[in-house]
Amino acid sequence: MEKFIDNLSPMDLMRSEKMSLVQLIIPVESAHRAVSYLGELGLLQFRDLNAEKSPFQRTFVNQVKRCGEMSRKLRFFKDQIIKAGLLSSIHPVVEPDVELEELEMQLAEHEHELIEMNSNSEKLRQTYNELLEFKMVLIKAGSFLVSNNNQAVAEEWELSENVYSSDRYVEASSLLEQQMRTADQSGLRFISGIIFQSKALRFERMLFRATRGNMLFNQAPAGEEIMDPLSAEMVKKTVFVVFFSGEQARTKILKICEAFGANCYPVPDDFSKQRQITREILSRLSELETTLDAGIRHQNKALTSIGYHLTQWMSMVRREKAVYDTLNMLNFDVTKKCLVGEGWCPVFAKAKVQEALQRATFDSNSQVGSIFHVMDAVESPPTYFRTNHFTNAYQEIVDAYGIARYQEANPAVYTVVTFPFLFAVMFGDWGHGICLLLGALVLIARESRLSTQKLGSFMEMLFGGRYVLLLMSLFSIYCGLIYNEFFSVPFHIFGGSAYKCRDATCSDAHSAGLIKFRDPYPFGVDPSWRGSRSELPFLNSLKMKMSILLGVAQMNLGIILSYFNARFFRSSLDIRYQFVPQMIFLNSLFGYLSLLIIIKWCIGSQADLYHVMIYMFLSPTDDLGENELFWGQRPLQIVLLLLALVAVPWMLFPKPFILKKLHSERFQGRNYGMLVSSEFDPDVEPDSAREHHEEFNFSEVFVHQMIHSIEFVLGAVSNTASYLRLWALSLAHSELSTVFYEKVLLLAWGYDNVVIRLTGLAVFAFATAFILLMMETLSAFLHALRLHWVEFQNKFYHGDGYKFKPFSFALITEDDD
Amino acid sequence: MYGFEAMTFNIHGGYLEAIVRGHRAGLFTAADYNNLCQCETLDDIKMHLSATEYGPYLQNEPSPLHTTTIVEKCTLKLVDEYKHMLCQATEPLSTFLEYITYGHMIDNVVLIVTGTLHERDVQELLEKCHPLGMFDSIATLAVAQNMRELYRLVLVDTPLAPYFSECITSEDLDDMNIEIMRNTLYKAYLEDFYKFCQKLGGATAEIMSDLLAFEADRRAVNITINSIGTELTRDDRRKLYSNFGLLYPYGHEELAVCEDIDQVRGAMEKYPPYQSIFSKLSYGESQMLDKAFYEEEVKRLCLAFEQQFHYGVFFAYMRLREQEIRNLMWISECVAQNQKSRVHDSVVFIF
Repeated sequence: MEKFIDNLSPMDLMRSEKMSLVQLIIPVESAHRAVSYLGELGLLQFRDLNAEKSPFQRTFVNQVKRCGEMSRKLRFFKDQIIKAGLLSSIHPVVEPDVELEELEMQLAEHEHELIEMNSNSEKLRQTYNELLEFKMVLIKAGSFLVSNNNQAVAEEWELSENVYSSDRYVEASSLLEQQMRTADQSGLRFISGIIFQSKALRFERMLFRATRGNMLFNQAPAGEEIMDPLSAEMVKKTVFVVFFSGEQARTKILKICEAFGANCYPVPDDFSKQRQITREILSRLSELETTLDAGIRHQNKALTSIGYHLTQWMSMVRREKAVYDTLNMLNFDVTKKCLVGEGWCPVFAKAKVQEALQRATFDSNSQVGSIFHVMDAVESPPTYFRTNHFTNAYQEIVDAYGIARYQEANPAVYTVVTFPFLFAVMFGDWGHGICLLLGALVLIARESRLSTQKLGSFMEMLFGGRYVLLLMSLFSIYCGLIYNEFFSVPFHIFGGSAYKCRDATCSDAHSAGLIKFRDPYPFGVDPSWRGSRSELPFLNSLKMKMSILLGVAQMNLGIILSYFNARFFRSSLDIRYQFVPQMIFLNSLFGYLSLLIIIKWCIGSQADLYHVMIYMFLSPTDDLGENELFWGQRPLQIVLLLLALVAVPWMLFPKPFILKKLHSERFQGRNYGMLVSSEFDPDVEPDSAREHHEEFNFSEVFVHQMIHSIEFVLGAVSNTASYLRLWALSLAHSELSTVFYEKVLLLAWGYDNVVIRLTGLAVFAFATAFILLMMETLSAFLHALRLHWVEFQNKFYHGDGYKFKPFSFALITEDDD
Repeated sequence: MYGFEAMTFNIHGGYLEAIVRGHRAGLFTAADYNNLCQCETLDDIKMHLSATEYGPYLQNEPSPLHTTTIVEKCTLKLVDEYKHMLCQATEPLSTFLEYITYGHMIDNVVLIVTGTLHERDVQELLEKCHPLGMFDSIATLAVAQNMRELYRLVLVDTPLAPYFSECITSEDLDDMNIEIMRNTLYKAYLEDFYKFCQKLGGATAEIMSDLLAFEADRRAVNITINSIGTELTRDDRRKLYSNFGLLYPYGHEELAVCEDIDQVRGAMEKYPPYQSIFSKLSYGESQMLDKAFYEEEVKRLCLAFEQQFHYGVFFAYMRLREQEIRNLMWISECVAQNQKSRVHDSVVFIF
């Protein structure tokens, strides 16, 4: 047995990769290159040797800052490119990497250029906006003045005796200079301007209050939208004209205009003058427009040329930053000429790491080579599984529960098959299975395309689990064939039914039942069970017993894995006082139950297994009567019961006592030896905590063992019961699909009406797609997950390791985007 | 329904309470302050902040930083958080959150009015305003010549309008009566806020009345100290004290007649909670009083988080964050002006 196990070929996925703690001593001049080569390799996890230092006290802080600054510039470029709407048209070109310094200079240049262009175009834009606004004010306000002046004059005559003079104004010397018409002290004057439409109402109210109602406010929406220079959005504005009198009111109104961000423009009363100014403005507008266009073209050209390199630059800066962040984890040695780093590296990759270091030394013409050597590690190494496309998703399922302890048996190996299988037991319907299969195949067929795209969170989850989905659907088809359900409809695929009616009319088929006339249906459930009176009792009994068999098998597998773990870690204590009693306990109760189930199936007995199991505990010595399945059952039960009873103290008591004994033996007479630890031991690193000696606390160990044993003993019962969810879910699934098929589809089909039939079909299709395919998949998935995490993995899986996170350029994601 | 608010609080307030407690977890700890105090340049500060919640707000700032940029961006973060909470809030929490900003509104009004009086540029003044205390027509404040106009033109639209009833005069604005206006407004605001919290009842009332009483008492002491030696009469001074708090009413009588700082001290030491504050100061000293009060306030604000199901946490969080930004400003200033020895003078550690 031992030989056989030792000779088993090693499984890659069963144990995590062997890791070793390595120390690198790299000369300063080749350090950067070495670390970037290691990043390309991506198989070394650096340990932070400067954890106690704050980020800005580290060695390469300036370079990190520079990288940060560069990525800020790059973000700025990206923003600009997106603003200009150019992103879609740019195809990145790949060019050889440039030096960082050079890139920095280039970036600074580009940024300078862009900022200058922006400010220029902003100025132009502002002038343009002002002119545009002036034009609108002229057009709108001019029409007010023409139509309202006459009215206003008339009102003025009536209301007061003030003389309104409409034809005296100061010529607008500059178009943009804000100018007020001066009039007679007593005369009516006006201010015209333009304001955001959203502010117009409040503006009017404020004006009213400030002048105590002595004003006339006219407004009209401006014809065109104007670009707001701050947000670069098009906004609606309103042209207004305020008529008022008095010098004080003027100052107030001007202040209010300023406060509300309203731009005032003078409008001459004279019609010819107005026209002249309008002409001037129009000509300047068209000039400006061409200038602006040219500016925008120029800017777009610059942006496009930046855009060609943007992705490459961004990834380069990200890499550089990662390299310097890693370099910051390294320590200087005493001579300040070398950098010392520590890290974890898988044993198989040592040669590659060394090779990369040599390459770095060679490429940077360093006089001194890097030193690479293995160190002893006190803490547990990280866990690293080499997975592929297919196994990755299953490993993720296991990792979601907890990362495996270093080198402990990895349940993912078995999960690859058991997970989809248990799922399928709950989801057994080959119609639904085919639907799932099609979905999975679509995902797999488009794998290469989808993997480069950014998917939504839901799609990403689906895509990540595509191979799980594939196996789940294949197993569902298999289980569906066994259950003989195709959208809940049975088919005669494997020959005819073994049953037939008693007579030709089949009138008593549902009351008296059928008779068996030939060999059993060769594969799966006989289609004749469908719709019969005893369909449910038959299927329930089948599925329930099957669940128990599957459960006991999987739990046994879990316990056996704990044996492999104990063997691997050379802990005979765990084998003798944990594995053996656990095995005995589980199998003498539930293993026996499984045996009974199989015997009952084989010999077709009518024995009541509940009764057998219950009275095995209550009165083991009683005669079994008609429930006896085989000869010698009663003595066997007594033996099994005694074994189970013995197994409980067996797993509870010996282990903590033996541990205590071992501990006291090991440290007997060594009470003096512990003083010399780090100071006198030259090859102990000061920060590696070698002098860790755990205090042995007997009560703690004992309580822990007690909890563990109780958990196992109670768990044996509750976990077995928990596997009955396989039965429950599969029952629910088949009942639900029966309801949709019979009560929706068949009912609707019964009417001779196209509309009702189509409605029925649609409802059936939606119910199948959303309830049966999506929700049921989800629920069966969750239950299978639970069975693996709890019922299977608690038998052996510690899951308290930590993941291997190598420094790798491939893993640097665009986290800041 | 006192004692039963825990049962229904989470229907409306649960989400936001969780949010605010999450934000609170982002406040700087003593370790953060230690690191910040070790910074040599503003870039170091930026680098340290980039690892905190302020990171995203500062990451796009070009490198020669100024203290004002740091403070502005950090305030922006607070404002964003506040706005998010206000958007999610339902009555009466939304009103409560709005109440928190009224203090800033008063400060902004005073800032603009004083600035206009001294003929500063309105845009420049607007930039200095606290973004939490902004309201629509704030820029129009520059138009007003006296209190009455101020009220009639602008403030009648703002939530501050009811607080103005006591200070509508036709006097022209000058420094003195602006300051009186500020304190009168503040008094009315605190009393109104206090009443509102009492109306809310439950743990909110209990905790907020404590916090607001402290605020009112602190203002009373500050008014007293600042008005010593000015032409403010005792009665006028008395009128500026809020009508609640630990000092009300007998403490106010005593404060109203104080003529120097030691008399204030004598009056205050009769109240045990304030005794500890004053016992830290030597006689005749009023410089460190602000810091002592801030420290006491921070302690009380932190205690507000010990209880659940009340609105006091929102108030406390906003105040703590403001204190943190004040600390940050002080540290940045010290770093920028090479006065690192003075860093610890004014930093109030929160945790």
